[in-house]
Amino acid sequence: MNWKNNPDSYGLIHIAMHWGMAMIIAVLLPLGLWMTGLDYYDPWYKKGPDLHRAVGVLLGLVLLARIAWRLCGPLPASLARSRWEALAAHAAHLLLYLLPLLLIVTGYLISTADGRAVDVFGWFEVPATLQGIDGQEDIAGDVHFFLAMFLLVIIALHMGAALRHHFILKDDTLRRMCKSDK
Amino acid sequence: MKKTSVKLLAAGLALLLSSTTQAADYVIDTKGAHAFIQFHIKHLGYSWLVGRFNSFEGEFSYDEANPDAAQVTVSIDIASVDSNHAERDKHLRDDEFLDAEKFPQARFVSTSYRELGNGKGELQGELTLHGVTRPLSIAVTAIGAGDDPWGGYRRGFEGRTSFALADFGIKRNLGPASKEVHLWLGIEGIRKK
Repeated sequence: MNWKNNPDSYGLIHIAMHWGMAMIIAVLLPLGLWMTGLDYYDPWYKKGPDLHRAVGVLLGLVLLARIAWRLCGPLPASLARSRWEALAAHAAHLLLYLLPLLLIVTGYLISTADGRAVDVFGWFEVPATLQGIDGQEDIAGDVHFFLAMFLLVIIALHMGAALRHHFILKDDTLRRMCKSDK
Repeated sequence: MKKTSVKLLAAGLALLLSSTTQAADYVIDTKGAHAFIQFHIKHLGYSWLVGRFNSFEGEFSYDEANPDAAQVTVSIDIASVDSNHAERDKHLRDDEFLDAEKFPQARFVSTSYRELGNGKGELQGELTLHGVTRPLSIAVTAIGAGDDPWGGYRRGFEGRTSFALADFGIKRNLGPASKEVHLWLGIEGIRKK
């Protein structure tokens, strides 16, 4: 059992944050697409966006912790078999930090465009900061949607690559993100 | 031949005279925000939701001696819809409601005006909204007119009307109590010099 990453394997904290974020994003992406098409009288018309905003803020907290954790500690060595693969994997990993971060920021800018705060399950509120920019909620909304679609594509590539490593190349790429050795 | 030239002269004179007593033209004072286009629609049938269009412009002409010749033209910037809630306004602008991208402007052009007495009147015209043009009747009340303290002359009216959203192709279901939207117009014009 290892809390921290080392050159051979991921630590428990890194693994927990990876799968935690994966699950949160797996809720947020479909929820966001589904809730915007709901009928006005659907019970989820109000509940859906409330949940999406609150969970989005939680994702932001996990993401910040994860970025801090990654900057502080080492990563296990890459299992890429070529320079091209290593570069592609690295780019995808960076986007998997950057896109959620920008999604959280643009989502926040939609909801707080008029100065309203974002409520997180009634536990606490995130106050508005940037507000009242002309067309803020519309521009932030368009960017938010575009980023979500972009993230969906990167996630598909990321998952495809992980499955390729596991089933075709038969290496430890997926296994070491599931279990912390040593 | 002489008779017709006299007639022509008389007609010309009459035209000249009528043009000097012609209806005064007014610019609606949107610059100073003394004009308002406000809408209200029932929320679930339990209360009124109030909003407005912040950006519009228009002109009218009105002559006290011949009020029935009054005319109004107003164009409204649809994207300026403001219900005091950014997320709702974003929703109102998108294609489920006003579709501001496809139909950025609404326009009202009057076709006739009838003074009913007691400062009341009925304005008929055509409203183009969401790409649909339909006749619309507005109940008008004259509020007042006179010199303003800054060297101008102003005249103001109040208008009320309502219509079904579906009539203008806005099909989104907001519930049985929320099919009709009501407009309240507070219009002040500054007479052109």
